[in-house]
Amino acid sequence: MSEKAMNMNVETPKEPVNAMNFQLPKELQVKVKTRDVNVHYGEKQALFDINLDVPANHVVSLIGPSGCGKSTYLRCLNRMNDIIDIARVSGQIELDGVDIYDKNIDVVELRARVGMVFQKPNPFPKSIFDNVAYGPRIHGLADNKTELEEIVVTSLQKAGLFDEVKDRLKDSGTGLSGGQQQRLCIARAIATKPEVILMDEPASALDPIATAVIEELIDELRQNFTIIIVTHSMQQAARISQYTAFFHLGYLVEVGDTEQIFTNPVDRRTQDYITGRFG
Amino acid sequence: MTDILDHQIAERDKLANPRHDWASDNARRRIKRRYGRDRLLRIFGLGAVITALMLLAILIASLTYTGYVAFYTTKVKVEIFLDPQKIDRENPGKTKYRKMTKQAFNAYFPEVKNRKDKRNLSKILSSGAQYIVRDYVVSHPELIGQTVSLNLPLSDPFDQLQKGVIPRRIDAPGKNSGKNDGNGEKMLNPRFKSEKVLVWFDTLVARDMLSSPFSWELFVNADSRFPELAGLAGAFTGSLLALLVCFLISFPVGIAAAIYLEEFAPKNRFTDFVEVNINNLAAVPSVVFGLLALAVFINFFGLPRSVPLVGGMALALMTLPTIIVSTRAALKAVPPSIREAALGVGASRHEVVLHHVLPLAMPGILTGTIIGLAQALGETAPLLLIGMNAFIPSIENLGLMEPATALPTQIFAWGDSPERGFVSRTSAAILVLIGFLVMMNLVAIYLRQKFERKW
Repeated sequence: MSEKAMNMNVETPKEPVNAMNFQLPKELQVKVKTRDVNVHYGEKQALFDINLDVPANHVVSLIGPSGCGKSTYLRCLNRMNDIIDIARVSGQIELDGVDIYDKNIDVVELRARVGMVFQKPNPFPKSIFDNVAYGPRIHGLADNKTELEEIVVTSLQKAGLFDEVKDRLKDSGTGLSGGQQQRLCIARAIATKPEVILMDEPASALDPIATAVIEELIDELRQNFTIIIVTHSMQQAARISQYTAFFHLGYLVEVGDTEQIFTNPVDRRTQDYITGRFG
Repeated sequence: MTDILDHQIAERDKLANPRHDWASDNARRRIKRRYGRDRLLRIFGLGAVITALMLLAILIASLTYTGYVAFYTTKVKVEIFLDPQKIDRENPGKTKYRKMTKQAFNAYFPEVKNRKDKRNLSKILSSGAQYIVRDYVVSHPELIGQTVSLNLPLSDPFDQLQKGVIPRRIDAPGKNSGKNDGNGEKMLNPRFKSEKVLVWFDTLVARDMLSSPFSWELFVNADSRFPELAGLAGAFTGSLLALLVCFLISFPVGIAAAIYLEEFAPKNRFTDFVEVNINNLAAVPSVVFGLLALAVFINFFGLPRSVPLVGGMALALMTLPTIIVSTRAALKAVPPSIREAALGVGASRHEVVLHHVLPLAMPGILTGTIIGLAQALGETAPLLLIGMNAFIPSIENLGLMEPATALPTQIFAWGDSPERGFVSRTSAAILVLIGFLVMMNLVAIYLRQKFERKW
């Protein structure tokens, strides 16, 4: 499935990892907590001892050069790595203090609580309504048609798409423009009423205007959801996130306040990366 | 001025690639050779396509040339008095119509008195004519006591003579035989009993009693010993039943197997082994599946011989690998992003497959299935091995557990028959079979067009 993740090159870092130095402010509630997470694809190790706390109702962006493991990390959080046969995840990942890799955890429920938006807009080849209604339907979130319609409308409104599509909810979702498709995917993700939304480079396939719309949207969504976003654009990370984590070669090199990371990084590799020396 | 320009261009070219001169003879030759090869490849491809199309055209043309005469039958109009004293009104089907039919026909030749001549005369009429009279009376009992005018088919030699398929006279065996130069001794075609019958036949022609209507018999009759009456209805029903069984078995089983292998099976040595063997099974000669069906279904499980149920099961064995392979290809062609999208909103694996992957793969699956069924429709060997080439003279008693025949085995049987009329019947049956195959493929194309979705 994720060939990109499997083909990446991982080398042993030459410098120590100092991500642990950062502590979230005490008053913030920790939504997602990861401790010593290691991921292997077959023989290759893709992530090394990742420790990261994600605060609720904040946007955390994961940055780093290609193949650094940020997508792999993201996919651990809703167990999308389960579908890759050779992927092996160890360590502890907690959502609200509950280990999501526990035997008793239902993956289906987890993925409803931790929604995901992908790099390429991937609406189902169904109507706009059915795209958004699919999640609520399979999870039984609506008792009747009116409730379902309400969920669909609210989700589309939250995703900032409703006004553009309200007259053609029966039309195919694949007929929308790229930016609209991506917002439809966001509406689909929030329709299951998740607590966390994972976004894997959601704007990388979009033009600047559509990107701006998505970025505004992410900022609004922060009121209700915890958002973890992978991005290649450092400007984007600086614009939308409160906290930033820098990944490099499978290691989490540095975590911090977005402003601090971009103005005053502790690690030299972070500095090299954000100043464009590599990546 | 131009000198300077030329010089500049030359300098620039040197800079661009100092070691290569595009204008040299060598370079020109190389470019020419490359274009020549392009052309050659195109000519080869075009030639191959044209050859294939020509072979197909020759096949169809030769089949049509031999087969078109089977699409009409030579018939003679005979007036028959339905004698109420001879026909049992309560049970008109039980009456003997042979004599009545013969007498009605012979009445047109009152000069024929001799018993032997009378027998030969009545042989101009098809031996099956009496059954046509019987069926007519059974369906129109109110006409008993009246005189009816019926179009009755001629027997095969006269039918073929009228169609110009066989000659009246052939080269006599002897010193000139085999040369076929038209100068040798001639003799009466032995298919005709005497010179007299030809005279009587000419009388029929002269009296304008013959007609050549479209041969519905070819489609509505079951098989018959008499080619002028033999039809494909029995074979068609048998093929339909066998295909139905084949579809009901191979479609669900094939899709289930493909879904398991593609979506759920772990990738290990065992599944690799299964996969390789399924691909190999698709290439196993069909006669082997026939033997397997004979050994397992008939000998071991004791199912009856010659029945469409077993035929369909044998064809299903053959069609399964095709369906599995094409279904897997169709499932593989569904973009992974759709699977991820569904998993991402929390669909379980069966929901991903049933709600998203399978509907998107359906056009491919249906196309593969129809192509597999079209193969099964034309398959002869396994049906011969389980005996599904029974002689079926009536379509009344057909069922899954009744002996039956199928289109290809019917063609096989007709192709083996000595009567001249079966030659054209065979070609016509092949045309009908090809017609069905074309129709099935059109359905496949239609389904593909209709359900194909873009993303």
